[in-house]
Order: sequence, then structure tokens, then C-alpha cells
Amino acid sequence: MASDKTPLLEVEHLTMRFGGLVAVDDVSFVAADREITAIIGPNGAGKTTVFNCLTGFYKPTVGMLRMTRNGSEFLLERMEGHAIARVAGVARTFQNIRLFANMSVLENLLVAQHNKLQLASAFSLAGVFGFKGYRKAEREAIDQARYWLDRINLLARADFSAGNLPYGDQRRLEIARAMCTGPAMLCLDEPAAGLNPRESGDLNELLTFIRDEHKTGVLLIEHDMSVVMKISDHVVVLDYGRKISDGSPAEVRADPAVIRAYLGEEEDEDLPDEIAADLAGKQEAGTARPEGQG
Amino acid sequence: MEYFLQQLINGLTLGAIYGLIAIGYTMVYGIIGMINFAHGDIYMIGAFMAIIWFLVTGLLGITWVPLAILVMLVLSMIFTATYGWTIERFAYKPLRGSQRLAALISAIGMSIFLENYVQLLQGARVKPLQPMVQGGIAVMERADGFVVNLSYLQIIIMALTLALMLGFSQLISRTELGRRQRACEQDQTMAALLGVDVDRTISITFVIGAALAAVAGVMVTLYYGVIDFYIGFLAGLKAFTAAVLGGIGSITGAMVGGLLIGLIEAYWSAYFSVEYKDVAAFSILVLVLIFRPYGILGKPEIEKV
Repeated sequence: MASDKTPLLEVEHLTMRFGGLVAVDDVSFVAADREITAIIGPNGAGKTTVFNCLTGFYKPTVGMLRMTRNGSEFLLERMEGHAIARVAGVARTFQNIRLFANMSVLENLLVAQHNKLQLASAFSLAGVFGFKGYRKAEREAIDQARYWLDRINLLARADFSAGNLPYGDQRRLEIARAMCTGPAMLCLDEPAAGLNPRESGDLNELLTFIRDEHKTGVLLIEHDMSVVMKISDHVVVLDYGRKISDGSPAEVRADPAVIRAYLGEEEDEDLPDEIAADLAGKQEAGTARPEGQG
Repeated sequence: MEYFLQQLINGLTLGAIYGLIAIGYTMVYGIIGMINFAHGDIYMIGAFMAIIWFLVTGLLGITWVPLAILVMLVLSMIFTATYGWTIERFAYKPLRGSQRLAALISAIGMSIFLENYVQLLQGARVKPLQPMVQGGIAVMERADGFVVNLSYLQIIIMALTLALMLGFSQLISRTELGRRQRACEQDQTMAALLGVDVDRTISITFVIGAALAAVAGVMVTLYYGVIDFYIGFLAGLKAFTAAVLGGIGSITGAMVGGLLIGLIEAYWSAYFSVEYKDVAAFSILVLVLIFRPYGILGKPEIEKV
């Protein structure tokens, strides 16, 4: 399915072991450029571990993570965290919100653009004295921030302290901040968690906008099937650290292995009903709440 | 009244010096949550740098005093900053990610090392420096002939401190580096994910802290005219007290705390006893830690569970 598209991220035989626990077991998939790839799976399936390997938090036990950006290839497993963000162009958000709560909304977006500014300010010396080149670079950075604030409807609150924004706004601000780093791939860990149906509708719009207008690949971990099934181009399903299915949303939805993983073969009956309903095609239900942390 | 005014001048001068050192403590604490106990010795290195570069300016035949002081100041700052960078690189960076206590002990070790290193290289005896800046302004005169004197050197110290403080707060609030530091202060992993080189930001913090301590060292050398390898210990502790008093992690707090400690010391020496001035300063530390552990300008730290 994804073979005719430009690969952005190729994950090959990724395995992550913590002592005796195998969190991710020989997972391979390809995330194509300008596509939304969703990674789904029951809690504890290893989705976040995959993200942590991608962003340099964990060094994978085995495997290769190849990122292709503007024709050059980067092996993420060998790079340091800030270089992954800066050079390879991988931006990420977390399940919990990690804005710089004591800084203003605008400053949050400016920190993300510090690379440009750092060069322009000759490592801050020029910034202190307010030289012309620095002022120009800073104005550009502010324009960029303003563009994203406009996108997420927070322009009027640019000077608010980020920690005082409502939850849904903080979520979107995090995505905007990640986009301000100018990434080639945006990794979002449960961006719809805790959002109401209207907010997750806004999120869908924002993500498709990012994919279509900013030519950015999106890698998404999500439990909210109304988000996953509607906007993903490609879905990877993990269960107990293994990949059990991979394909278009329709293909994945029909895959017996996926249904088995979600419904279970015995016991647990209370929770998955909702998900089963979603999987069966009631995408518009909109009432599906995330079932907690993965 | 006149006597009180004189002590105010003396206290503010001393406080400015403590404040400059305290900024280094507070910045490092803000960014990596560690008390850099070697910082007082960085200040001592700065003072020795002042004497070394004074001799070099003498050898080069720079006799115009303002130029000589400028050269001393700039070179001392550069070299002391290099010390700061090196210490961070070798004594703290390898311990990052381990327990807080490990870095703290490493800092104490570094402090002992620096004191002995200077003692071995420079000798244990007190180093004198002849006064370079003399004279001052008579602000007020009492009937019995007591003159309130504001020396030129005191003016230099206070003006320089003020200028550095203003420049520095601009740096923190307005520039890209300042934003980067504040971001690292709040969430290092997130900052790294946004492409901020956290290690470098921490190094720069140490470099800036050391440069400010060097200014304090140079000023003290000029002010008192004698230094030895052990001055960093007490000054470091007092600056640390100042940082805690002002609210550790707060830059303005460090300066306010420094000035307060300077004033308390000056007034205590003037009205009570010189011998017990350290007791006065450290009693403040005890009181602050008991009644307001987050300091004057600090915010109570809420531990997230």
C-alpha cells in the first residue's frame, strides 16, 4: 500500500528490551511522507516505546530507524535527542502536556525556533544589544509564531502564560510549537486524549492541514478511533509489542487479528464494546473517550 | 546619621559583590537543580586572575589605570569563565542523570581541589595588591570631623554591578539564549526535543556564572587589596546565603539577597561586633530556611506526585 510513496521513516526490526521484558518485538513499518500514519493498539502494546526510540529517549536493543529528509538519510538510533529534532527533523508531543508553563504562549513558540535565532544573534551577543540582523530574525520568528497562533485561534492570547490556557488550547499549542521547529515528521502521542468531540474535530482539521499544506508526515498514537479512522492514510496495529496488522484504515478494520486483539478472546467485556463499535464503522459516534494511558 | 550613611555605602558595596557571586549559584540551581559549592572558589580564582593580569599589565607598561582595570577585568572574566566551563565539563557533566547528591559531592570535592590547587601554585601566603584607585567624594561631614566618604572604587563597583545586572536581565528576558535557559529550567527533555542543545545551554550558564564571579573577584581584590587561596570559602557561603535569602532560582532575588547580606554585615560590624558579623549573616540563613525556605522572591516549590 505504502510502497508507491516516498518513505519518510523506515523502521526495521525494531526491538526494545527492558531486562526480561520485551516492550517492542521486531516491529517494522514504513511511514510515508505527507501521510498520516497511525499507530494503534491496546494499552501496553508498545506504542509509546516506539516513539521513545524514535526521539532518542531509548536506544533500541536491535533495529534501525531510518529517516529520509530532503534526500539525505539519518539513522535516528545513533543520534542525540536535540540533533534528532534539529537535523533529522522529528518533532514530538507527549501524552501529558509539556508546555513551558511559566513562559508566555508566544515564547513557547519562539523557543522552538531558537536555531535560526541562535545563528542570527551570534550566540546572543547581538541579542543583548539589539542589533539589526537579530531584530530581523526575531521578527521572522514572531511572524512564524503568529501564523501558527492564528491557525490554532490563540492569537489573542499570545501573552498569556501557557500554563493558564484551557486544556484543549494547550494541546493545540503543543502541536503548533512542534510545527515551529520546522519538522519533516511530527510524532503525536495521543493528541486527542481528553478532548471533547468538537475539540477533536478541530484537531482532525489541524492535522490534515499540516499534512496537506505543510507537506509534513504525521505519526500518530491514538486511542480515539473517530480520529484514527477518519484522518489516517495508513494504520499500524501493535499488540504485546508485535505488529499484528498494517494497512489502510479499511483493511485494518476488517483484519481478524485486530478485532481479536481489541475484543480479546475471553474475559474483558466491559471496555472494548465501544471500540468494537468504532472499529465496525461507527466513526461519527464522537462519544468515544480515550480509555486512559497506553 | 553620618555613621549610618557610611555603613550604608559600605554595605551596598559589599552586597553588590555578594550579589554577583550569588547570581552564579542561583542560575546553576535554576537550570540543573544543583548547588555548585565550587562557585565560591571560582570567585577566588577570579581574584587571583586579577593579580596575575595586574602584573602582566605592569609588564606591558600599561600605566593608565582605567585601561589597566579594563584589561584585568576582561582577561579575568575570560580565563575564569574557562575554569567554569572546564569544571562543569569534567566534574558535573559526567554525573548528570545520576543522583543529585553525586553532583553535590563532586562540587564539594572540586571546591577542595581548587583551594589546594591555588595554594600549591600561588603559595599559602596572603597576596597584596597596591591600591589602584584612590580618593573619593566626601558626601557629608559631621561636626566632629567624621567624613562620610564614597570612594571612587565603591562607585565603580556599584555602577559595574548595576550595569551587569541590567545587561544580564535583558539577556534572560529578551534574547534567544535567555529563552533557551528558561526553557531548560522548566523541562530539559522537552527543550531537547525542540532542538535546544541542553548540554551547551548548561555550559553557557556555568560560563556566565563564572564570568560574573570573576568580576566580583577582581573588584574584591581592588577593594581590599589582599587575597588568599581561602577567600572563596566564606564568600561562597555568604553568596549562597544571599541566593537562598532572595529565593534560589530567582536572579533578582540573588541580587536583593546579596545586598541584604552586605547591609546586615556592615551594620552588624558597625553597631555590634566585627567578630560576630559572620554569625549574623548565617543566622539569617537559618531563619530563612525555617520560616521562608523559598526565600523573599522565590516561589514555593510544589512537588508533583
